[in-house]
Amino acid sequence: MAEPVVQTIELTKRYGAQVAVDRLTLEVSEGEVFGFLGPNGAGKTTTILMLLGLSEPSSGTARVCGLDPTRAPVPVKRLVGYLPENVGFYEDMTGYDNLQYVTRLNGVRDRDARPRIEGALETVGLAGERRKRVGAYSKGMRQRLGIAEVLVRQPRVVFLDEPTVGLDPDATQRMLELIRSLSRDQGMTVFLSSHLLDQVQRVSDRVGIMLAGRLVAAGPIDELARRSLGVDQARYTLEEIFMRYFRQEQPAAAPAGR
Amino acid sequence: MIAVRGLSAIYRKELEDHFSSTRFTLVLTVVLMVSLLMSWMTATSVRKELEGFAKPSLVFLVLFTSSGAMFSFAQFVAFFGPLIGLVLGFDAINRERALRTLPKLVSQPVHRDAVINGKFLAGLTTVGVLLTALVAMIAGLGLRVLGVVPGWEEIGRLALYLLVSAIYVGFWLGLAILGSVVFRGMATSALAVLALWIFLAFFVPVVASLAADALAPVPPTPTMEDIPVVLQNEQIKRAVSYVSPMTLYSDATAVLLDPMRKTTRSLVLLGPMERLSLTRFQNPLPLAQSALVAAPHLLLLVAGTFVVFALCYATFMRQEIRA
Ligand SMILES: Nc1ncnc2c1ncn2[C@@H]1O[C@H](COP(=O)(O)OP(=O)(O)OP(=O)(O)O)[C@@H](O)[C@H]1O
Ligand SMILES: [Mg+2]
Repeated sequence: MAEPVVQTIELTKRYGAQVAVDRLTLEVSEGEVFGFLGPNGAGKTTTILMLLGLSEPSSGTARVCGLDPTRAPVPVKRLVGYLPENVGFYEDMTGYDNLQYVTRLNGVRDRDARPRIEGALETVGLAGERRKRVGAYSKGMRQRLGIAEVLVRQPRVVFLDEPTVGLDPDATQRMLELIRSLSRDQGMTVFLSSHLLDQVQRVSDRVGIMLAGRLVAAGPIDELARRSLGVDQARYTLEEIFMRYFRQEQPAAAPAGR
Repeated sequence: MIAVRGLSAIYRKELEDHFSSTRFTLVLTVVLMVSLLMSWMTATSVRKELEGFAKPSLVFLVLFTSSGAMFSFAQFVAFFGPLIGLVLGFDAINRERALRTLPKLVSQPVHRDAVINGKFLAGLTTVGVLLTALVAMIAGLGLRVLGVVPGWEEIGRLALYLLVSAIYVGFWLGLAILGSVVFRGMATSALAVLALWIFLAFFVPVVASLAADALAPVPPTPTMEDIPVVLQNEQIKRAVSYVSPMTLYSDATAVLLDPMRKTTRSLVLLGPMERLSLTRFQNPLPLAQSALVAAPHLLLLVAGTFVVFALCYATFMRQEIRA
């Protein structure tokens, strides 16, 4: 059995009295798309930041590709790609130059970077816009440029934080196909955070559901449905699972203030 | 190895940003205009004084120290150098926050301090280029107006002066970057550094005099018996004013640019024998000796820069990356 690519044990983050992530234990294995689900404020971004070594856990451990992101942040960052929520760019630079900056930061020589950048632009469908200032990009183009920035790093694991926010249905569909292909065609492990259940359902192999900092369920979608809804029917949606958990957990979790 | 390349990537981008920015062009224009005007006035007034002397020596540096115009070039840098540092650094980190590029930047395989270092080094290079261009220009102007060719020693002194000036502006650049780490708003950090500049430039001298007069009051008409008090007063004033990097810089560069100055202390503070030897042996100090006299000041300036950096690192490392 291969070592999980992402692993957390009792991972906890407190901001003062508030517990943003509460004893999170989960595993993501090589090459899968893991959907990390939860409503606003559930602790998704906080978890990703801890996995990237950008935020120090209050307690518990995290492992990415067998490395501790807190102790060895740079080696971990060499292996991962990260698309932050509401990603920003250097607006006065072209799409190509933004990508080139990323490759330079990763120690790739310009001559080796060129095919990577062209390939990434091709993959996300921005080849025609490469010489345009990012300031003049549309939201959908920016989001795809964000994916391209992940691609040029050729990472083993990618963390995508709400990559479809603000995209129209058509662009969303393209984005989801792109995400699916990261795993299928490029063999990357994808950690996909979202609060949009039907979207995650379309691309994920397994999902984890976060509520108020706690992981309330994790597993393949059909298994979750069977276990939580007690149904084994062909037509279920994550929405139903989610709502069910949401109703059960939220009243208990919120006022207790733990 | 990759980490070094990461640092150089940041350095390179920031440098390109500086040299293509409007604000750099503006600063360059302003500084260029002022220093050209000043050195022209200085050069012409020096030329008048030199008429009749067959072979003047060491006049070249006078171009930088003479306040024949409103103020000398050295004074100009002491006063406006901080503003150059401020302009180049006040938005170093908080702009990345505003653009939302910071989470992405620090998720690249570079150490977090490389972000600060890369930006600082790029700013320092810009300052170096700016100052060197100015000094070269004034020197060229001097050559034409005065017709005096500088000797090697004078060139050495100018080079040292440039180095010290870069350190001085670098200190302010560090402060500006610290401001950009501590304050989220770009205007806020600019104002904070500006306030500090005003405090050090205008308040410290006043506070120094007040403190000296309070601790060692000098009678309105001092007699011979009051000499110790006068000396003490002067000493306190200097000690307090060394809080300001401006004083440190001015005193250090005064020694470096003027071979006739053998001490950074003012004349009042010299002992009688020292004063005697000064007047008896009016020979210029060799460059190495001048550098030695200025060294403590420089060490203090460099130490100050290191403290600012330590604060920068400590704050930035612990900060939440999320805006
Ligand atoms: N720097 C901080 N200081 C205090 N509390 C914070 C901080 N950052 C996050 N939190 C809190 O931690 C909790 C989890 O936040 P997080 O951003 O991880 O949620 P999320 O699941 O990503 O939500 P969203 O879907 O809105 O992005 C929230 O209640 C938030 O208020
Ligand atoms: Mg979030």
